[in-house]
Amino acid sequence: MMQLQQRQSQSMVMAVLIPVLAALVALLLTALPLMLAGANVGEAYQQMYLGVFGSKFAFTEMLTRATPLIFTGLAAAVAFQARLWNIGAEGQLYLGAMAAVWIGTGLIDGPAVLMVPLVVLAGALAGGLGMMGPAVLKTRFGADEVVTSLLLNFIILIFVQMMLEGPLKDPMGLGWPQSMPILDQAALPKLMDRMRIHAGLPLALICAVIAQIMLTRSTWGFRVRAVGANPAAARHAGINVNRTLLGVAMISGALAGMAGVSEVAGLKGYLTSDLSPGFGYTGIVVAMLAGLSPAGVVVSALFIASVFVGADSMSRAMGVSSYLADLTVALSLICVLVGGFFGRFKVSFAKKATA
Amino acid sequence: MDILQIFLNESFWTASLRIATPLIFGVMGALLCERAGVLNLGIEGIFAAGAMAGWLAVYLGAPLWLGVGAAALAGAFFGLLHAILTVPLGLSQHVSGLGITMLATSSAYFLYRTALPDVTSPPRITAFQPLDTPLLSDIPFIGPILFEQTALTWLAFLCVGLVWWMLDRTPLGVALKAVGDNPDAVNAQGLSVYRLRFAAVIIGSSLMALGGAFLTMSAFDAFFFGMVNGRGWVCIALVIFASWRPGRALFGAILFGMFDALQVRLQTEAGAIIPSQIFLMTPYVLSIIALVLVARRADYPRALLQPWFKGQR
Amino acid sequence: MEKTPVLRLRGLTKTFGPITAADAIDLTLHQGEVLALLGENGAGKTTLMNMLFGHYTPDGGTVEVSDFTGGMITLPAGQPQAAIDAGIGMVHQHFTLAENLSVMDNIMLGSEPLFALKRDRKAARDKLRKLMEDTGLHVPVDARIGTLSVGERQRVEILKALFRDTRILVLDEPTAVLTPQEADGLFIALREIVARGLSIVFISHKLREVLAFSDHIAVLRHGQKVGELPTSEADRKAIARLMVGAENATPQRAAVSVGAPILGFQNITVKTGNARTSLNDLSFMLHAGEILGIAGVSGNGQSAFAQLLSGLITPDSGTLSLQGVAQENPTPKSMIDSGVGRIPEDRHHDGVISTMSVAENMVLERLDDPEIQQRGFLNKTAMAENAKRLSADYDVRGPGITARATLLSGGNIQKLILARVLDRDPKLILANQPTRGLDFGAAAEVNRRLFAARSNGAAVVLISEDLDEILQLSDRIMVMHDGTLTETDSRDRAEIGLIMAGQTS
Repeated sequence: MMQLQQRQSQSMVMAVLIPVLAALVALLLTALPLMLAGANVGEAYQQMYLGVFGSKFAFTEMLTRATPLIFTGLAAAVAFQARLWNIGAEGQLYLGAMAAVWIGTGLIDGPAVLMVPLVVLAGALAGGLGMMGPAVLKTRFGADEVVTSLLLNFIILIFVQMMLEGPLKDPMGLGWPQSMPILDQAALPKLMDRMRIHAGLPLALICAVIAQIMLTRSTWGFRVRAVGANPAAARHAGINVNRTLLGVAMISGALAGMAGVSEVAGLKGYLTSDLSPGFGYTGIVVAMLAGLSPAGVVVSALFIASVFVGADSMSRAMGVSSYLADLTVALSLICVLVGGFFGRFKVSFAKKATA
Repeated sequence: MDILQIFLNESFWTASLRIATPLIFGVMGALLCERAGVLNLGIEGIFAAGAMAGWLAVYLGAPLWLGVGAAALAGAFFGLLHAILTVPLGLSQHVSGLGITMLATSSAYFLYRTALPDVTSPPRITAFQPLDTPLLSDIPFIGPILFEQTALTWLAFLCVGLVWWMLDRTPLGVALKAVGDNPDAVNAQGLSVYRLRFAAVIIGSSLMALGGAFLTMSAFDAFFFGMVNGRGWVCIALVIFASWRPGRALFGAILFGMFDALQVRLQTEAGAIIPSQIFLMTPYVLSIIALVLVARRADYPRALLQPWFKGQR
Repeated sequence: MEKTPVLRLRGLTKTFGPITAADAIDLTLHQGEVLALLGENGAGKTTLMNMLFGHYTPDGGTVEVSDFTGGMITLPAGQPQAAIDAGIGMVHQHFTLAENLSVMDNIMLGSEPLFALKRDRKAARDKLRKLMEDTGLHVPVDARIGTLSVGERQRVEILKALFRDTRILVLDEPTAVLTPQEADGLFIALREIVARGLSIVFISHKLREVLAFSDHIAVLRHGQKVGELPTSEADRKAIARLMVGAENATPQRAAVSVGAPILGFQNITVKTGNARTSLNDLSFMLHAGEILGIAGVSGNGQSAFAQLLSGLITPDSGTLSLQGVAQENPTPKSMIDSGVGRIPEDRHHDGVISTMSVAENMVLERLDDPEIQQRGFLNKTAMAENAKRLSADYDVRGPGITARATLLSGGNIQKLILARVLDRDPKLILANQPTRGLDFGAAAEVNRRLFAARSNGAAVVLISEDLDEILQLSDRIMVMHDGTLTETDSRDRAEIGLIMAGQTS
């Protein structure tokens, strides 16, 4: 018989060790699909490593890839702390990108000190409003936000395509459904010469620090955690549960929206309907690996970005499909879930009483 | 105007049923899982895995029905994984389900790319053909609509009947409904909560995978990336809309199929004036509206999302 | 006639972490006998029976059941099905019914092969009819459990256990939710069944019931059997002492003069969609220094009443006033700010946030207090000091103030809530089932605190299913039935019981 016993307390060591182990196990399990693909496993791992740490360019590429993941990871972490299941970060990302493009391609013109904050704020606002929809449907009508925020992703993506074939379409784009390029003064500045890394990264790090402080130190964070852990008791204790959830929805959506701003105004320069290869969904894995801690999100985003960039490079070198990276990311999520179980419970196997 | 014409056209109804078929499988699968108290958000990925597994088996030379079996097996595998994570381990059903969706989707894509590294246009198989039932097919209007569907559509209808009969008429169904309402009631009567939930999730996931198989083996004859396109999530909304009843779920799926078929036809009618995307959005928008309308009245299985541990206090 | 043993427990032991819930317990039940397991909450009674029934796997010891041909067989551990097959039926303290199914389906659940293609409902229905005739326990067989009253559900539980050809019936606190009259009726029905050869293990912490109904008494304390004797030789005082371990003085009731009006109800009506659980035109005035006891069977509007005082719902009509001020649209926060201290019925569900720390739980209701926060940021030093002071003053014991509240025992969680509530010197205290599930010492402590608050001029509303508690603590008593309140001057159990059942004299 399996016996479960709740652990007395969760030590800090455990809180760090579990996700690290989960990530390692997921990387090890990746050997199975590699073998299936007939690749030399050792070489594949080496190629992945080189793809991240092999050159300064490779490393900055990883940081560039981590930037939107920090934003979407924070979006998921903040929402999940309140048990608000925002699975719509993908759509909110596109809303943010669209707002940035709308403002930043000539609607308003001004110096960079004005334009950059304006573009970021517009994107954050658009993303935030994008999550307010499902949150209002939940608080007012009791509609499950998981399903509504998921379905909204599809609606928003179709909407983006419509806009890119309509009002936002670049007349100089040779007929491609893409937006006009963002003005130079509205773009997030590059951080290094000849590298793609841009000011989105420091912005993401600042957001992570603020989120960490707000969640652990402020009364707002206290309310968010209380509502997430036990809404009935929170309500009984005089906390306005709905207002807290709406606030969380706004912040979470805004963070996801900023991921879109960062990609479109920092990296790509213009909007297409394939701006994000699923950053919104991957953000969920990032947040879970981080144990929903904003500080942890930074670390786990770096890990997930390494997996993607490393696998891309390995794929180019060895011809193994780069969907391997998605597989590894999914495995990390499953592993950290299982790891969390062993963190919460002590499992012992009692022998059946022999009569 | 032409709308009336659309409804009088038998091809509209044939299309509605064809669009509804994968949803019927998916809704029945999700309904079984949720009736036993387990939300299965792995559905979107299980659709992809079923679509891939069924198609690949046939592509590699297996007969069509063996392909259907392969799809069901793929669904059962991911169902088993979800059940292990959520039933004895009691982990978050939301997060585990999303993890299964990611894992199943990426496995399907990776396998497809690994099996067929060099293809540029998706290879085709000989898919299920519309049945031509003697006599019945010749009934005007009704005949072509009902009796020229593929065998998988009929299998979907059969599933609805089976699920309804099982839940309503057999001891197993009573036990399943009980375990989704109060696991202690089942445990106190000497039945195993874990076994019932495992069975429901595994069988339910197989049904979901059949929905995916329909896409590659009946609706189309090839596998495309992103072909599931939110159908799984729509099923989750439809189950709530149907208040966890098989009959209503069938109705909801067909209704959805009708709207989708209508949308495509209106698009061609009005495409010049209104952007086609407006029509493409409608199925998702309608799903959200349906969900909002029933949300307050929805009769959720009481034990849904609640982990249950044996011998815990 | 020589008595035949039908059930024998040998050395049953079970530990939960550091707590030994059952320590090498031996017990024997004979045919046609009612054995009472007596002990306070947490003494190990329910744990013992859960091992007997296979819900828990014991750490040691065996359960033997008569095979009814003269021999005894040992039950395999941890298998409810084996216990059922051996003829053991259990009626749990917390109902184990599926509310979405009918009475019939709940009773048939598990009694037929799972993979049968058809269900023989007719035969089952006939059997159930006969069982209801024989026992006098009647229920509407096709009604959904969700629509039944608590008393009816209790009967379904017993019928469900008897339906499976039970020879040994275990009843865990069966009268907790019944009026005194309903409880008496239940005992008469059970006596009838015992006369036909059934054996009963009867778990209770109510001495009066045990003396009235059992043949043999075993007393448990802290997981150990501390005494066993025939009921005929039982001495009330001696058993009480065995149960509790020491003589406990009932709290001293100081005379307090009634003060200013605190809580006013004026024609308050709350509609919940169910006539029984609604509140129907309630009017009364409660003053400082008064303890108002609300007696009644649960499910008669107590929960709406408590939600109203907690600010969770607003009255549909009528006026609620606090210290003479009418409350428009009360919320939990406005009630707290107006000086209402609320001790919720379900302390785990509504009272604490179990994954947050003790210190955090202790400031749950004062997040706006400048002592706790400055400009929206928590003052962790002040929180820690507050937690240390309250833990010391209210004797909250546990792994420490940074430990999650889930690691506290039920009694300590209740003390945490008391500390949080009483430390703010509330003018009105709502104590909803404040001692339910607590052991004697913790319960006495809760009562002492309530008395102290009354002496300091607070008004107290005490909602309890335990009539003895109401009688002991209250200055005034009202009985709740079908959403109405009836004040009574009577202190007679039988008379109050009649009002609880809806019969007004």
